[in-house]
Amino acid sequence: MLSAKFWRDNSFAWLLLLPSLVFLILFTFYPIGKTVILSLQQSDLAAREPIFIGLDNYKSLIGDSIFWKVMTNNFWFAIGTIPTSIALALAMAVFANKALRGKGFVRTAFFYPNVIPMIAIANVWLFIYTPQYGLLSRAMKYVEKGDLNWLGNPDLVMWALIVMIVWREAGYFMIFYLAGLQNVSPDLYEAADIDGARPWLVFRKITFPLLMPTTLFVMIVALTNSFKLVDHLFIMTKGGPDNASSLLLYYIYEQAFAFWDLGKASTLTIVMIVLLLIISAVQFFWMDKKVHYE
Amino acid sequence: MKACIKLIGVTLIAASFIAGCSNAGQNNTNKLPASQTNTEGNAEEKIELTFYYPVQVGGPLTATIEGMAAEFTKQNPNITVKSVYTGNYSDTAVKTQAAVQGGTPPDIAVLLANELYTLLDMDAITPLDSFIDKDPDDTYVNDFFPAFMANAQTDGKTYSIPFQRSTVLLYYNKDAFREAGLDPNKPPTTWDELAEMSVKLTKQGQWGIEIPATAPTPATWLFQTFALQNGKNVMTSDGKQAIYDTPENVEALQFWLDLSTKYKSMPKGVIDWATTPSDFLQGKTAMMYHTSGNLTNVKANSTFDFGVSFLPKKKQYGSPTGGGNLYIFKGIPEKNKEAAWKFIKFLTESERAAQWSIDTGYVAVRKSAYETENMKAYTTDFPEALVAKDQLQYADSELATHNVGKTVKALSDAIQRVVTGNSDPASALKQAQEEADKALEPFNK
Amino acid sequence: MSARISNRIVNSVIYSIAVLWLIPLIWVIYMAFRPKELALSPKFTFDFTLANFVNVWQGAPFSVYYLNTIIIVLGVLAVQIFTVTLAAYAFARLQFWGKSIFFTLFLMQIMIPNDVLIFPNYSILKELSLLDTRTGIMIPYFASAFGVFLLRQFFKTIPVELEEAAKVEGLSKWAILWKIYFPLGKSAYISFALVSISYHWNNFLWPLIVTNSVEKRPLTVGLSLFAQSSETGAQWSEVTAATLLVSAPLLIGFFFFQKQFISSFMQSGIK
Repeated sequence: MLSAKFWRDNSFAWLLLLPSLVFLILFTFYPIGKTVILSLQQSDLAAREPIFIGLDNYKSLIGDSIFWKVMTNNFWFAIGTIPTSIALALAMAVFANKALRGKGFVRTAFFYPNVIPMIAIANVWLFIYTPQYGLLSRAMKYVEKGDLNWLGNPDLVMWALIVMIVWREAGYFMIFYLAGLQNVSPDLYEAADIDGARPWLVFRKITFPLLMPTTLFVMIVALTNSFKLVDHLFIMTKGGPDNASSLLLYYIYEQAFAFWDLGKASTLTIVMIVLLLIISAVQFFWMDKKVHYE
Repeated sequence: MKACIKLIGVTLIAASFIAGCSNAGQNNTNKLPASQTNTEGNAEEKIELTFYYPVQVGGPLTATIEGMAAEFTKQNPNITVKSVYTGNYSDTAVKTQAAVQGGTPPDIAVLLANELYTLLDMDAITPLDSFIDKDPDDTYVNDFFPAFMANAQTDGKTYSIPFQRSTVLLYYNKDAFREAGLDPNKPPTTWDELAEMSVKLTKQGQWGIEIPATAPTPATWLFQTFALQNGKNVMTSDGKQAIYDTPENVEALQFWLDLSTKYKSMPKGVIDWATTPSDFLQGKTAMMYHTSGNLTNVKANSTFDFGVSFLPKKKQYGSPTGGGNLYIFKGIPEKNKEAAWKFIKFLTESERAAQWSIDTGYVAVRKSAYETENMKAYTTDFPEALVAKDQLQYADSELATHNVGKTVKALSDAIQRVVTGNSDPASALKQAQEEADKALEPFNK
Repeated sequence: MSARISNRIVNSVIYSIAVLWLIPLIWVIYMAFRPKELALSPKFTFDFTLANFVNVWQGAPFSVYYLNTIIIVLGVLAVQIFTVTLAAYAFARLQFWGKSIFFTLFLMQIMIPNDVLIFPNYSILKELSLLDTRTGIMIPYFASAFGVFLLRQFFKTIPVELEEAAKVEGLSKWAILWKIYFPLGKSAYISFALVSISYHWNNFLWPLIVTNSVEKRPLTVGLSLFAQSSETGAQWSEVTAATLLVSAPLLIGFFFFQKQFISSFMQSGIK
């Protein structure tokens, strides 16, 4: 039915896509499908051959207090890291974009955490947060007498990790803002200069609105990252104390590779995939709007 | 059209390159089957054993293990041991289980003694009885301390051989005792004395005591000390029941909590397992609960006079055993199993067990190791090395159940919830009991 | 008044934050070269030693880890450049049936990154018998939707006239791709390469899951095992030295080619 011309026109393009597609299917689509099936099965140390159990895995998640704790942690982790690092990133970028002395130094200082492995960062910050002779402890001795057990206290541990992540991420987001700023026409600023507008006003009325698309983009990247970033937990807290610092991906790791509860790990993975798809959907929706008012 | 054909060609080449890569990779990992085919037919053919081991007590000991492997090959030229350093105990457990699941188990591994039921559930390990029965040395197994064999046997079968084992000890700083007006030769022997003395030892810049509660195993392991002292162990010996929620255990956990809240002689929150010895060595804490595996380190690095003693008792003395046993895996050639057994025998020879104990501070696993000249000389100079061994008569096995990852996590979460002040002992242990029961339910059908 | 003064205030705030940002790095360098006995002492001194690095190098097979990381990083990059170039060209310049469907399929990889599919991909790797191989570490990353979109954007800016002229000269489609588009895309490739290299140099969770044996282990996994192997108290000196050893190549690269790095990451963000 399909003519020879159809094949001739399309086959070259398809062949070009083929190598990528093979790996995409093998490591994105096929595994997702497989996970859906596995999430409907009991497959753990008690059941060597998987048993079909319908939605039981999903039902049991609802009663799993650690699951809800982990989800809440993910939520606070995002709330704690994203606005702060975005605000900092914006401030850094506006500064680093100006033709000033020391701008290279500032850019370097903010960006370098992003070329260090997360696992190395975790080691460094572990020593910063260690009570009694960690760097922070020593510094705090001059401020007040108390010594805080940053990573051993469930009320503090999340804050401690959030500060570390902000330290790492802000410089990364700065880059996106720098890129965004390059697209802002200098004429606008010249006009504002002539009108004698104050810097804060210029920022509020010109820079910030024009960078809105960048901000949205950065928010999505930050949100996705807040699901991916778990490397530090392996070194610093193992998700503790009492799961106070555990995140969804780390919980998946635990279920799969420490407890061999494959059914549960699959169910959690599906939850994660759905969340990520929702985020992407929101992005689509927002990005479309942005196109309209540009 | 020509372009299309060319492209197909290139894609094929690329694909075969990738396939080639993966084959190369596989050949590297699957040395076992290769050696298997070689060994069939010719007894003197080379056997290569893959040996996973953790070194919990610090870097340089990897060299000691490699040295032992080389020595073994010298005695058995046809067997080489490829020793694979796999991190700490929990990393090693994850790696070994992953290898088993992936169908490429090691031949032999040192794993925590409490992994027994998990490994059985995975059908991963070989029972050793046939080797023990065949062995000309019929006193071999009986020479190991019974407390260490407790985690190695179930259902009348022996599944592992103790290798680097420990108990929990009380380490105390004698100089700090003197400064606080306490007798440096009388460490606390009861919970009450522990509380009382720790208060006296607490001052600006120095805590009285530190008991680490890092998740998962340090927390549960140290909790077991209190549980054993106040009654009985936290699980049944068949590994099918967890016994967390008892009045004795509630009392035990309350005491642990009291040290930081009521007596204020211990830092609040979760104390880190790895920094506790540093705190002790730096004089930031006058006493600590830690593994006997740390003895050699403390001895080498302390700048003050220190002592070790039994853990203080409540109703009785008590400590769980800890540390690793040697397991032989399933799904490997019979020749490898026999070679692995030889290697186990080699590693646990009395002389070697004694030397390993001296090098690390772990308890020598065999009674006869303490009869060797080497050990006698060492313990005369350093009698502290005998404390852990003597405590063995009060020791019981480490928390080991089916689905041990989950049951341990349930308990360690509860302990952390309590020591961080987020729950009272009774309700925390109740919740832990429920979670553990759920994890064990399938094994009680 | 105020514009200049407030400017100055803002500037000094930014400068102090920048200095604050550098403290962890300075602290690591300070600790790594400090004699072990002094590691925990609060006094500031200028003692210097290389002993920590020697201990690390002897204590764990870091040379093997280095080699593995380099093989993995370059291996991934080489295959990626091949797959990405082809797909990017197709999306940028060809009209074909199913283009938008394929485009969405590629987009899915950005939405659901491989990093979160640790367990599913582990079971795929098991099916392929690629566990504990370097290929196993690399293979999920052979297709890069991110790279495809980056290059596609760049290819679109190349004038179509060039391609037409080449056709007149008798070049095949295949030759056009590799003789015209590939060389012209140099700056986009460099951006992609830097992002890819720093990603894979730093990747931890996936190689941790895939590897069991020393011979396959990359630096990050080696570092984490090394850092957690001690029961005898925090080995600050060795661990900071190891940390520096693992981070140094990219860090030094970044300090020397700062502009290139930053503009690469900048390009990667433009959508």
